[in-house]
Amino acid sequence: MPKDELKAGFRLVGTRPNRPDGLDKVTGRARYGADIVAANMLHAAVVRSPYAHARIKSIDASRALALEGVKAVITRADFPTGLTGEDWNLQENTIAGDTALYDGHAVVAVAATSALVAQDAARLIEVEYEVLPHVTDVDAAMAPGAPVIRAGNADHSVPEGMHPNVVRYIDFGHGDLEAGFAAADLIREGTYKTEATHQGYIEPHACLGQLGADGRGEMWVCTQGHWYIRRMCAAVLGIEAANLRVTPSEIGGGFGGKTTIFMEPLALALSRKAGGRPVKLVMSRAEVLRATGPTASASMDVKIGMKKDGTITAGQVNFRMQGGAFFGMSPIAEALPCAFACYDIPNLMHEGYEVLANRPKAAAYRAPGSPMAAFAVESLLDEMCRELSLDPLQVRLKNAAKEGTKSSYGPTYNRIGLVETLEATIAHPNLSAPLGPNQGRGVAAGFWFNHGGETSVSLQIGEDGTVGVSVGTPDIGGSRASIALMVAETLGIEYEAVRVNVVETGSLGVNEPTHGSRATFASGKAAVEAAESAIKQMCARAAAEWGIDPEAVEWADGAARPAGENAGKFPPLTIGEIGAKMGGTGGPISGHHESVPGGVGASFGVHVVDVEVDPETGKSTVLRYLVVQDAGRAIHPAYVEGQYQGGAAQGIGWALNEEYIYGADGRLQNPMFLDYRIPVASDLPMIDTVIVEVPNPGHPYGVRGVGETGIAPPLAAVANAVAAASGARLRTLPLSPPKVLAAIKAGQ
Amino acid sequence: MIKVHLWSGLRRLAGGAEAVTVQATTVGQMFDAMIAAHPGLEPFIKAGVSVVIDGEVTAGGRNLAVKPENEIYLIQRVKGG
Repeated sequence: MPKDELKAGFRLVGTRPNRPDGLDKVTGRARYGADIVAANMLHAAVVRSPYAHARIKSIDASRALALEGVKAVITRADFPTGLTGEDWNLQENTIAGDTALYDGHAVVAVAATSALVAQDAARLIEVEYEVLPHVTDVDAAMAPGAPVIRAGNADHSVPEGMHPNVVRYIDFGHGDLEAGFAAADLIREGTYKTEATHQGYIEPHACLGQLGADGRGEMWVCTQGHWYIRRMCAAVLGIEAANLRVTPSEIGGGFGGKTTIFMEPLALALSRKAGGRPVKLVMSRAEVLRATGPTASASMDVKIGMKKDGTITAGQVNFRMQGGAFFGMSPIAEALPCAFACYDIPNLMHEGYEVLANRPKAAAYRAPGSPMAAFAVESLLDEMCRELSLDPLQVRLKNAAKEGTKSSYGPTYNRIGLVETLEATIAHPNLSAPLGPNQGRGVAAGFWFNHGGETSVSLQIGEDGTVGVSVGTPDIGGSRASIALMVAETLGIEYEAVRVNVVETGSLGVNEPTHGSRATFASGKAAVEAAESAIKQMCARAAAEWGIDPEAVEWADGAARPAGENAGKFPPLTIGEIGAKMGGTGGPISGHHESVPGGVGASFGVHVVDVEVDPETGKSTVLRYLVVQDAGRAIHPAYVEGQYQGGAAQGIGWALNEEYIYGADGRLQNPMFLDYRIPVASDLPMIDTVIVEVPNPGHPYGVRGVGETGIAPPLAAVANAVAAASGARLRTLPLSPPKVLAAIKAGQ
Repeated sequence: MIKVHLWSGLRRLAGGAEAVTVQATTVGQMFDAMIAAHPGLEPFIKAGVSVVIDGEVTAGGRNLAVKPENEIYLIQRVKGG
């Protein structure tokens, strides 16, 4: 169905008004985490382990405490004991107990009257370590003889006899794998590896915390989810959640990495120890890279059976992923179901292992696990298509999952838009752009589940008929604009008459973070419900004024109106007129909605990239890039396109340059953007986008989440393009110039 | 009665069956009945699972309604970024 036809019925949804946060951001008025200040504020610095694995034998802070201006020093001894499960993990990662588990693990924190004094004091703190054997590679960590990071962490799923670093095992599948491979004309298998990468948000973690001896406190913080910050800080510090009020700042990128805590309890604990003075803690870039959530590194075996006509008869994967030194942090449970989610395959088997390693505690990163899984599966599919001289997009279309397909992870798909997305890709002019020498084209598909999650929204009618909407999902990708559009559309008022505010934890019921591509879907759905509730009240006020039954009043174009001739003849009462009188007609009018919304719609995307590889240097240049993705319905298309482009840009970085490089000593070798190279504008062409709209029937405006799917296909798409351009098929990322050059030379 | 499909790692704890059938009208009742019939499932369910109802992945809220006509799958807990 053409996009324009879908949008014909809407006045505002699908338009591109100015961004509500645009002026604040370009003028510097927006307040980010590090911009928050308070009277009598202290500054904090953190002493971090220089070793990948070491026992902490002693800590001597006497010289630091003697320094003028130092007000507090804390160690693990300042935190409560007896925590279990994920609460213990959070506390252990916030500040090491008796053992430092990775390079950069926090050991001591200090607060002083200035940031410089705090940093000087940190250098005066003496920590004596006993260095222990370490392991950072996922395959090495599960091999016999690998250093044991923490025994007894394996859960009930792990088969007997595995190394203690293997803490989780997952297996699922369907059909008859043996028969599926027997039916294939071509069977190929390969091992693929991806390194850990960081979300690379431009704004470092920053917070200002204040906590009194009475256990009551406040926090201002850069986060994707301030209720999570509240719950986690309360658990780590042993205080009551309601006594901690958390206010989110504007956010300079998160991508999943700001859905948890890393250092926030340190600011609160320092404040408590310094007599309740507020404490500001801002990470340096090196601290961000060493000690906050990168994604997992992965080692993946894939086997696929295919008929000569491109029909996939069987698929099998065995993935190993490490998520640092803490249980439950690798995205293995997400990677496995994403591996073959794009396809209708009758015979499948998935196995996965989560492994501990001496690396930082991984955090979510945009469609966690899906990019790695797609890199492995979509790369092997590409190799097989080339071997059988088949069009890779037609093969994907031939096997594409659709409504009614039994998904690779079991359940039957509802209405999904992969077929429409592939058809739009095939029709795009980029597919017919000529390629020159040393240039190649790669394609890949990707999938993400999307998510609903706990949601609470409040909406208030103003005395002048303007509308405030309070949401609990920080705006990391345009949700304020999208929610304002949906509310304005529902109320029949102008976009500019609606202001959406991200409010603090005391203002609403619990909200999950902005994660799982849920903000526009879930907060938007709740805001529409809240608007509907306010409309009912406004209709009731009009009915009372007119002396008719509320059921005889309808809402249209921003005003209450008699529902028909039998209701009587009254001039419409606009939202402004009702708002102006509401103090005398029953009081404030507001709408609320709390739920865990159902109706989540999965999303699929297809990427096509043209790359030129310099045969002299191995450097890959992205010439042309196309993202085609099902948005359900694009409420604010410019933001949707921005999400597509952002996912592609991050995926290109992951494919070509980005990686955590650990030395033999287990220390991170590239903890700064000079050496950890994310793409900059000059590395990328304009990324073309096509918004496919297969409306999600589970949302009043058809929304599917769009934030995450865009990072799933690029790793494989770029690798496939590099293989086509150079003849070098690389199965380990990143495809850095030396690696590509060596592969080209090896193939000559 | 509702039918709950298990991932293969759970099947060995439920007599090898691809699915178990229990009497329940909510996800909470479903979990309780599954644990009562197959105690080996308890640590997996208590560790957190996602419940897929008619193709939609949910966090498995205990008050979610389930009906005999629903297609229900348990999968490993899925988290987003």
